[in-house]
Amino acid sequence: MVRCPPYAALSAALTEEFSVTVEIDTTSPKFADYAEPGRLVTGEWLEQRLGRPGLVVVESDEDVLLYETGHIPGAVKVDWHTELNDPVVRDYVDGDGFARLLSSKGIARDDTVVIYGDKNNWWAAYALWVFSLFGHEDVRLLDGGRDKWIAEGRPVTTDKTVVEPTQYPVVDRDDSLLRAYKDDVLAHLGNPLIDVRSPEEYSGERTTAPAYPEEGALRAGHIPSAQSVPWGKAVAEDGGFKSREELDAIYRDGAGLKDGDKIVAYCRIGERSSHTWFVLKHLLGFDDVRNYDGSWTEWGSAVRVPIVSGTEPGEVPSR
Amino acid sequence: MSDNTLPARLAEIRDEFLELDEPDRLQLLLEFSQELPAVPARYADHPELQERVAECQSPVYIVVTVDGDGLVAMHATAPAEAPTTRGFASILAQGLTGLTADEVLAVPDDFPQSIGLTRAVSPLRIAGMTGMLMRAKRQVRAKRAV
Repeated sequence: MVRCPPYAALSAALTEEFSVTVEIDTTSPKFADYAEPGRLVTGEWLEQRLGRPGLVVVESDEDVLLYETGHIPGAVKVDWHTELNDPVVRDYVDGDGFARLLSSKGIARDDTVVIYGDKNNWWAAYALWVFSLFGHEDVRLLDGGRDKWIAEGRPVTTDKTVVEPTQYPVVDRDDSLLRAYKDDVLAHLGNPLIDVRSPEEYSGERTTAPAYPEEGALRAGHIPSAQSVPWGKAVAEDGGFKSREELDAIYRDGAGLKDGDKIVAYCRIGERSSHTWFVLKHLLGFDDVRNYDGSWTEWGSAVRVPIVSGTEPGEVPSR
Repeated sequence: MSDNTLPARLAEIRDEFLELDEPDRLQLLLEFSQELPAVPARYADHPELQERVAECQSPVYIVVTVDGDGLVAMHATAPAEAPTTRGFASILAQGLTGLTADEVLAVPDDFPQSIGLTRAVSPLRIAGMTGMLMRAKRQVRAKRAV
């Protein structure tokens, strides 16, 4: 596979040092304002590069069959339920499993991976976060996801993508920097927490997203001191991410996040909070942002963890 | 599951799935999703006659009727961007329509788990189909009693 070393230098200058195989998208003034402009691509940029060696397009959706109804030409599907999750333990696949999965999708370790999906990239962001746990460096989102691509009249096909399997190396998953477990969250109390669920879930009126099935949390409410910033606030009318200025107003001015903060985001099972994690980490440039994927389905059923109900964040309990 | 309570059309659908490898089962589910008939106009204009299936992540509504002869018909709507849900609805609509109320009520509650999709689609998603079946049965009970 042909690599293009000159782009590495370009990328270091334009992004926060992730090495890339395919040059980053510099066509969008909106992206240029983000902390890591290279983490997003536009539909136009992607369409012009489909089929480029070193570029793999991945679709990741809530609906396991949506890809089959038509996908970006050459894209492969990664399903979070059946492929990224461990089938037995509530955890993600391990290094062996990830290597097998990515090899079967034709993804090499230094490939540029552009992920897109339905629901404003919820599941795409979730997949990107899981790829990041394995240190796959060059992962990006298609701004606006599947819907915007289709709305722009770009090509989709039901032709089967022919995959040439790769030998993806076995890399241990590193949860320490990007993922928070329940005990980490308990130790984190007193630092900023962002609850990205709906206002009704935050206040404790309900334990599931409106119109989503009950997934079994025994108590309702939120983690003490968590700020409520529903994930969708980061989405612009066109389905893409809002501008840097708008995002700063929401997360810095609104939720009070400051440079140097250690931040944990959570939702119900960690998927919506991956979307917010992406915004905080890659678009706004906060260094220390972790996603608590246990989220409410764990916290709301755990024994003797503190919970606040109502619309106020509440106090951090004394320990 | 005992076969003697599974109506022929549902048994046939189950066997069609089980004969295939897992990736092909998804393709078959996609075909079912494309066959979901439109809801008759008399219901399309009356959302109050349709019941939302809360177990499904996508907005899906079902209408179940029992006619004067005691025969059941099931209709469903689900958005095009939710093909899995459409596929589930289509299987049930095809499998339940034309049965008697008693036959519908005798369909094993674990039918959705029996068609070989649990691993390919995930147990959580299959729960949406179970919710649909439960709601269809409840409507049959209510409408038969009238």
